[in-house]
Amino acid sequence: MVYFAKWKIALVIAVCLLGVAFAAPNMFDRQTTADLPGWLPNQQISLGLDLQGGSHLLLEVEAQTVINERLESIVDSVRTTLRAERIRYTGLGVKDDAVSVQIPKNEQIEQAYDLLRKLDTGAETVTEGHKISISLTEQAIIDAKRSAVEQSIEIVRRRIDETGTKEPNIQRQGDERILIQLPGIDNPEDVKRLLGKTAKMTFHLVNHNVSADDLVSGRLPPGTIALPDAQNEQRLIAVRRKVEVSGDMLIDSQPTFQDGQPVVSFTFNALGGKKFGHVTTNNVNRSLAIVLDGKVISAPNINGPILGGSGIITGRFSVAEANDLSLLLRAGALPAPLVILEERSVGPGLGADSVAAGKIASIVGLLGVIAFMVMSYGRFGVYADIALMFNIILIAAALSVLQATLTLPGIAGIVLTIGMAVDANVLIFERIREELKNGLGPIAAVDSGYKRAIKTIVDANVTTLIAAVLLYEFGSGPVRGFAVTLAIGILTSLFTAVMVTRLLVVMWLRRTKPKTMNI
Amino acid sequence: MKHLHLVPTGLKLDFISKKILFFVFSALLIVSSIALFSVNGLNYGIDFKGGIMMEVRSKTGPADIADYRDKLSNLGLGEVSIQEFGEPEEVLIRIQRQEGDEKAQQRAVQAVKDVLTDTVEYRRTEFVGPKVSEELFMDGLLAVSFAIGAILVYIWFRFEWQFGMGAVVALIHDVISTIGIFALLGMEFNLSTVAAVLTIAGYSINDTVVVYDRVRENLRKYKKMDLAELLNMSINETLSRTVMTSVTTMLALLALYILGGEVIRGFSFAMIWGVVIGTYSSICLAVPLLTYFALRRSDDEEEESEIEKVEKEEGAV
Repeated sequence: MVYFAKWKIALVIAVCLLGVAFAAPNMFDRQTTADLPGWLPNQQISLGLDLQGGSHLLLEVEAQTVINERLESIVDSVRTTLRAERIRYTGLGVKDDAVSVQIPKNEQIEQAYDLLRKLDTGAETVTEGHKISISLTEQAIIDAKRSAVEQSIEIVRRRIDETGTKEPNIQRQGDERILIQLPGIDNPEDVKRLLGKTAKMTFHLVNHNVSADDLVSGRLPPGTIALPDAQNEQRLIAVRRKVEVSGDMLIDSQPTFQDGQPVVSFTFNALGGKKFGHVTTNNVNRSLAIVLDGKVISAPNINGPILGGSGIITGRFSVAEANDLSLLLRAGALPAPLVILEERSVGPGLGADSVAAGKIASIVGLLGVIAFMVMSYGRFGVYADIALMFNIILIAAALSVLQATLTLPGIAGIVLTIGMAVDANVLIFERIREELKNGLGPIAAVDSGYKRAIKTIVDANVTTLIAAVLLYEFGSGPVRGFAVTLAIGILTSLFTAVMVTRLLVVMWLRRTKPKTMNI
Repeated sequence: MKHLHLVPTGLKLDFISKKILFFVFSALLIVSSIALFSVNGLNYGIDFKGGIMMEVRSKTGPADIADYRDKLSNLGLGEVSIQEFGEPEEVLIRIQRQEGDEKAQQRAVQAVKDVLTDTVEYRRTEFVGPKVSEELFMDGLLAVSFAIGAILVYIWFRFEWQFGMGAVVALIHDVISTIGIFALLGMEFNLSTVAAVLTIAGYSINDTVVVYDRVRENLRKYKKMDLAELLNMSINETLSRTVMTSVTTMLALLALYILGGEVIRGFSFAMIWGVVIGTYSSICLAVPLLTYFALRRSDDEEEESEIEKVEKEEGAV
């Protein structure tokens, strides 16, 4: 019997209506939908960067740098500790991710070990003869790297926000990677330039007692290092290793002008201001080097104490450089350098062309399939076509509600679904044809056709669904978009091809009660 | 109204007797695919081998490719390929992966932009560094392997192992020959090609399952029938559906291939090939292969009752 429970009819109609309601916002422009009352569905399909234009950047945090820096700072502490206790040592340095030092005097080894053990809570200290080595525990390394990545994401977000990019999407990927999506930015050189700098700023006193010859040959007194001049990297400047004030104490920085030259102003927080005042008070007539990422931007003379906690960096900047530097100082320093692993940028022109081409291809493909189904199955073909239309509406609704991203391969997935969605109907109709040929009456043939075909339909679709799930799992970016539309298309086409056409067929059978049937 | 019947009703084509012909053809296809793959290799896109790809459109009429080639070959970036892309104004520039780390790729992108300046619109800029390209390649390989594995398990679970074997042979045949055609034509093999290969896998198995379902049904219905005859009958009964679905899918894919734009063309080409080869392999490989396996025919009481149970449940839908 062509029994079709009332609640099922209601369900099919309800799903179709909901589909129309949720797909509808895509028919209007964004402004119109934004003005609709809040209770109406107003979400539109979000287009992937390959369709709306934009940049996709995959960055890696060079987290090993953080570990190396931590080891270096352990080296410094070892030096000061041992000196303070007058323990003689040799061969202090970092070797194979561990700090090692030799204590020549037997009686001092125990004492040194006890002192060095307490230097870093995340470190493990072992003695081996005269050698003491300090290495970070696995947990400490993991923690340090994790916090470096988290901090980097925060800084990246601040820097990108400062550029005024709309709706950037910044997320962590894997252990040490950051994925950045910038809609509407098709030439991300500005962003790349900003992300290419760690922007660690420190203030050091210049060591005036190093001769030019010693500087070139590298004969430097302890506690002094040679850094290149930012304008002329051949030129080296001897500065004290000790950081007098560091950029993480800045609360503001702005580009401005002094004597018609672009300069960058900065303001310290209370502690920073105090330190800065202290340094400048005690070192009048000496030079203070402003070091950014290991290069000296400028080393002005301290003419007198600066007590207000603010100052100006002059460094022969262009206006753009002054803007960049102040932005970087405001946003803060990255804990470790970032490397761009992958970039994919699409201009708005190509995106729009892809959308247009995708639309035309979908419509032409759709019309072809519609015509072909009517030619092959007549009235039943029309039913299948109605189901197909609802299928597309439901896909659009599902994409809008789930806020899944539609990509170019995703459009291909929809077009492919159009072709394959009618498969379920073809299976059913062919089965009905067979049953009619076997001498069954129209109603019995329809009944048995649906019943027998369904098993095949499910089996056949599950396999495609498996492929879609794996694509999603292993794919990235646009390919994921394809997997999503393919999977949604399979599910909606199962519903429409089986339930919607069945409803239409049953209604027709009930109304006309045909003695014979042509399919 | 007389409806269109692509496959005349009551058609009785004998596929099984020609199986040796099909097997030889497919064996040749596989062997030549593997040979082409090992000799020519695949024209990997930047997704898999790293490098730089830029699609630019000239702002001053048709692009002067020779001029671009001159300018870019002076940059010392290694192998640079420049070709027209769809329209005379548009050019696709591909630059080999630069020696060194990811930063070297960055510098190369900048160098190209410095040379071409603002005379062109940068429609697409992609670069993939060595680290990511290796990962993408492994991921693609894993995805295809797992998909074949998972489909095998599903078929095994739903049918008997003989069917699983037949289906997977057909599936691997389709995947290998798709790779073969890409090696033959030197078309770019990239991430979306892998997506196409996986979809082909899904489509091909879909076709196979439909015919197998009918074989299983007929095995129960006609317990005495000669196996070759039964397989032929199953193919012919489902042939109309197989052809119909291939045609509708092909209609949609042709629309995509012709109208969908340059970016998606490789993908649609792979899919069109997949539909053809998938349909062929289901009928001419997957089913005839069953003649070599001892299919159980009569002692299926247990399974039959299970199937009936399933049918009852589904009948209530």
